[in-house]
Amino acid sequence: MAVAILAVIVAMMIHGVVTNERFHWDTVGKYLFDQRVGQGILVTLELTVLSMAIAVTLGVILAVMRLSPNPILSGAAWVYLWVFRGTPVYTQLVFWGLVGVLYPQIGFGIPFGPQFATFDGKDLIAPFVAALLGLALNEAAYMAEIVRAGILSVDEGQTEAAAALGMARGQLMRRIVLPQAMRVIIPPTGNEVISMLKTTSLVIAVPYSLDLYAKTRDISTRLFLPVPLLIVAAIWYLVMTSMLMTGQYYLERYYARGSLRTLPLTPLQKLRRRVRARGAAR
Amino acid sequence: MTGRQPTVPAEVAGPPPMVQSEGVHKRFGPLEVLKGIELEVRRGEVMCILGPSGSGKSTFLRCINHLEKIDAGLLWVDGSLVGYRQKDHRRHGLRLHELRESEVAQKRAEIGMVFQRFNLFPHMTALQNVIEAPLRVKKEPRSEVTDRAQQMLQRVGLSDKAGAYPTQLSGGQQQRVAIARALAMRPKLMLFDEPTSALDPELVGEVLDVMRGLAEDGMTMVVVTHEIGFAREVGDSLVFMDGGVVVEAGPPREILANPRHERTRTFLSKVL
Repeated sequence: MAVAILAVIVAMMIHGVVTNERFHWDTVGKYLFDQRVGQGILVTLELTVLSMAIAVTLGVILAVMRLSPNPILSGAAWVYLWVFRGTPVYTQLVFWGLVGVLYPQIGFGIPFGPQFATFDGKDLIAPFVAALLGLALNEAAYMAEIVRAGILSVDEGQTEAAAALGMARGQLMRRIVLPQAMRVIIPPTGNEVISMLKTTSLVIAVPYSLDLYAKTRDISTRLFLPVPLLIVAAIWYLVMTSMLMTGQYYLERYYARGSLRTLPLTPLQKLRRRVRARGAAR
Repeated sequence: MTGRQPTVPAEVAGPPPMVQSEGVHKRFGPLEVLKGIELEVRRGEVMCILGPSGSGKSTFLRCINHLEKIDAGLLWVDGSLVGYRQKDHRRHGLRLHELRESEVAQKRAEIGMVFQRFNLFPHMTALQNVIEAPLRVKKEPRSEVTDRAQQMLQRVGLSDKAGAYPTQLSGGQQQRVAIARALAMRPKLMLFDEPTSALDPELVGEVLDVMRGLAEDGMTMVVVTHEIGFAREVGDSLVFMDGGVVVEAGPPREILANPRHERTRTFLSKVL
């Protein structure tokens, strides 16, 4: 009964959305595979992948620093977290966009000594770089906490056994603790990737306007039709997050080895097995 | 290490004992766990340490490879101080310097340790567990290490389990892999911290058999255990600890047959 009611409600909603001509489904179809939208998708993916890569690397370093017995290292990591987690990502993006104004000249050389090369601040921190830095440095603070929780979840006996074999702290982290921490780190990191994919739409604050959301908005302002292009953007965000979820599933499976006696079948394996069973029955 | 001038090990002539402990103290906060341990383990000796839980026997074992830092006293392994280096200053005479982390790690690599809870690396197969340290710590060539690891697994009777993950092995099998893992580093000393206490009774024998074989091959071993039979048959010496001190030490048969101290007698009457 409940299922029937639910089915009717869903059918009504779909009918309402599809037949409402103010959604302009023809426009949605026309722009869904538009070249400009495609370019926006690529930029969004690029921003997501690069900023997450930086954030994960930096997050691991920050987490290991925070757990270090050295108070200067753990203190520095704490201050980083305090600043980057304590301010909105939008504010940080605006700030990185203004770095060129704050530092017109950026030089590389010996500290307080001669400079080997100087760059124009505006050139070095181009809008794309500013967007990337803003997203990555903010995310690194969150990743650090996720990685720290993962490291703390690993049994102390593991550290002891590795130390007793003569492993130094760095090696022990890399080879023994972090691979085991992955089981705890990956699910929330998957969430972070999905969240990052959507947060890239904020890079307009830099201002940087070549990502998916900015592209669809550009088109919609020209057409005076905001809704269909919003739907185009939403569809593509959904497609991308779905792909990420699939990737996360297989990654989790990979790191579950050794903790489960037999891995559960993947949906594909289940399907294949069912098809084969049906074939055998016939 | 306060209040004492470091001294040179007693026997300067001939090879030093494998482990020598002089007045070793250890405290965890207000709790004093070791109150001056005096012990000597000769080369090739199998020493079994008995005692009620909380007597400090495991803590002492962990001091030997510096998993725990001692608070006072002196502890030598193979003639060199654990965790410290003696330096002869022109002005100040002999002084102790704490070893760097990498130096401590180097020393630990020469001592094998087997834990009560096995502590195998769950994300690696049995073979990977065994080759990990020789490969990464000693940087030995992979083919050589793999060959030796196969031999070690064969020695503990598990050559057919090389590809199995720890969760796919029984407790006894896991502990034997852990022994193979320690042996693959070619240690000069093996420490066993209640190696059979977490095992089902019917699995204890297979682990003790491996340990007996090791003893017959002349390995120097310090074994914290509750297995009286093993201590009697395999041990060269037996130490009974209680309340952070060595109550009595000597040949196992003598101590087990007629303990001189009341505390040893009460303990033995409970476990025998």
